[in-house]
Amino acid sequence: MDGVAAEPLIELDSVEKVFTVRRRAGRLRRTRHEVRAVDGLTFQVPRGEMVGYIGPNGAGKSTTIKMLTGILVPSGGRLRVAGIDPSLQRARLARRIGVVFGQRTTLWWDLPLKDSYELVRRMYRVPAAVFRANLDRCIELLDLAPLLDVPVRQLSLGQRMRGDITAALLHDPDVLYLDEPTIGLDVVSKAKVRSFLRETNAERGTTVLLTTHDLTDIEQLCHRVMVIDHGRLVFDGDLAGLRAAADGERTLVVDLAEELPPIEGVPGARTVKVEGPRQWLAFPAERSAAPLVTAIAARYPLVDLAVREPDIEALIAELYAGGGAARRDPGGADPAAPDPLRP
Amino acid sequence: MARRHDGTADGRLRTLGEGGRAYGLIAWMWVRSTLAYRTSFALMTLGNFASSALDFVALLLMFSRVHALGGFALPEVAFLYGTCSLSLGLADLAVGNAERLGARIRDGTLDTLLLRPAPVYAQIAADRFALRRLGRTSQGLLVLLWSTGRIEVDWTPGRILMVPLMVVCGAVIFGAVFTAGAAFQFWAQDAAELQNSLTYGGNALLQYPPTVFARDLIRGVTFIVPLAFVNWLPALWLLGRPYPLGLPPWTAFLGPAVAALMVAGAALAWRHGVRAYRSTGS
Repeated sequence: MDGVAAEPLIELDSVEKVFTVRRRAGRLRRTRHEVRAVDGLTFQVPRGEMVGYIGPNGAGKSTTIKMLTGILVPSGGRLRVAGIDPSLQRARLARRIGVVFGQRTTLWWDLPLKDSYELVRRMYRVPAAVFRANLDRCIELLDLAPLLDVPVRQLSLGQRMRGDITAALLHDPDVLYLDEPTIGLDVVSKAKVRSFLRETNAERGTTVLLTTHDLTDIEQLCHRVMVIDHGRLVFDGDLAGLRAAADGERTLVVDLAEELPPIEGVPGARTVKVEGPRQWLAFPAERSAAPLVTAIAARYPLVDLAVREPDIEALIAELYAGGGAARRDPGGADPAAPDPLRP
Repeated sequence: MARRHDGTADGRLRTLGEGGRAYGLIAWMWVRSTLAYRTSFALMTLGNFASSALDFVALLLMFSRVHALGGFALPEVAFLYGTCSLSLGLADLAVGNAERLGARIRDGTLDTLLLRPAPVYAQIAADRFALRRLGRTSQGLLVLLWSTGRIEVDWTPGRILMVPLMVVCGAVIFGAVFTAGAAFQFWAQDAAELQNSLTYGGNALLQYPPTVFARDLIRGVTFIVPLAFVNWLPALWLLGRPYPLGLPPWTAFLGPAVAALMVAGAALAWRHGVRAYRSTGS
């Protein structure tokens, strides 16, 4: 790491990607439609930042990542990763980035896990000492030791994801793209993957851009979140700001000792559902749950409780419902990002 | 293919070197993957040998009834058979699996290849590299060796040299057809059949002397898809036979030029295909 944090590692300026889709219209006729998967995207990510990149299905997340990795050629705009134009110098960029697609493994199905790493070492020409150090670190932090000699086809989804993340980091990439890294994983694997990513970012200064449907990923990993919808950036700020902008509500689920009438008289919360001894209370997402819990515990026989986050789809739906236009997080976590939000 | 280089001869050479290295690395991974199932590997290799050998048995059966086919005796037809089988076998072994590109595009796994610091063409050509394809190659080689001892040729050094030269040029021509066919799949993902009709179908055609085919068909495989340069024209020169379509004798030596042209065309098609690639799903 050269320590020059001012220079953005990822830069997008009015990037577009237009697909032409042919659709059948009648027996022989076909009509052509233009689909703007990414529509004038502008943002920057400084070195060492960990950014959540979220949006509903088909919003353009994967298309963006594919342009950032050089898989897809942008239809317009300017795009740079580590100073490299991805689609023009794909192979050169490949040495600087690591990519994990949650649903697609890069590991070799019929061979022991360690053989896939050996291929990475040779294909990326990783110096032996660097390779050894990186692999040892991943083996330790991700508990890979017992898996190294196991053919990949015998690994569980969570084990394979840990294996894939390791494969993406062996060549010391500056940027790590993660596409749904926790999808389908059990709670233990999720926690392991998250803490590993946090440490990698902190220790090595690896810039991380991750797409996810799981708000907990964002909450635990990212100081900054970008929301994309219909190919445009609709929010850029921190998670609390997103909640505030979306007028999102969180839900406090409480288990009482017995069946009681709906809880009343808790300021800032309203009871939305009762089912036996369990009750659901909605409260503004940006507020802390602690005072609610205190208020309820003081007057009701509280046995257990949980706080539920709104999911990303609901949050984004709210973002539109509450005002129609996009807003910028007022207390933006990243004042360095100069890009204006587009309505 | 040599997608990005700095344009200099040195840059080109380096990209070619990188491609060759990546090809070797990936082919080796696939060989080891197949060896995870040893019995299956042995059976497949045997099956590959047997299925192409049956072609030749059919030819032998035919010659048990007739003495000549289109004026060609058995050793001469066997020579045609051996040369084109060996050419196709080598091309198939080296780059034949590029036809899996369509499948890789459909299931989205081409993306993972595009993320590696190596030319995609080298990776896709080495995809599922299968040594069992040595079955066809070794069978073609055996028939070729058998026939060279029996055809009546005055073996001057030039004529001896012509045999490996035509096999290599033929392999490059078939390889270019495999590559162009694969490149076409960037636009039409189910186009593998078209390319198969030219490679495996072309092979079935080239096993027989041109004299048994209609002139229009010969025109097609000479001027449109120049498969005639794989073995027909050089073999006719070796065997001292008249050329079809009244072609001049020097066309027998056009193999290297035709192969180079085909490679250039296939490379161009591939490069366009990669640029046009649009990926799928998330």
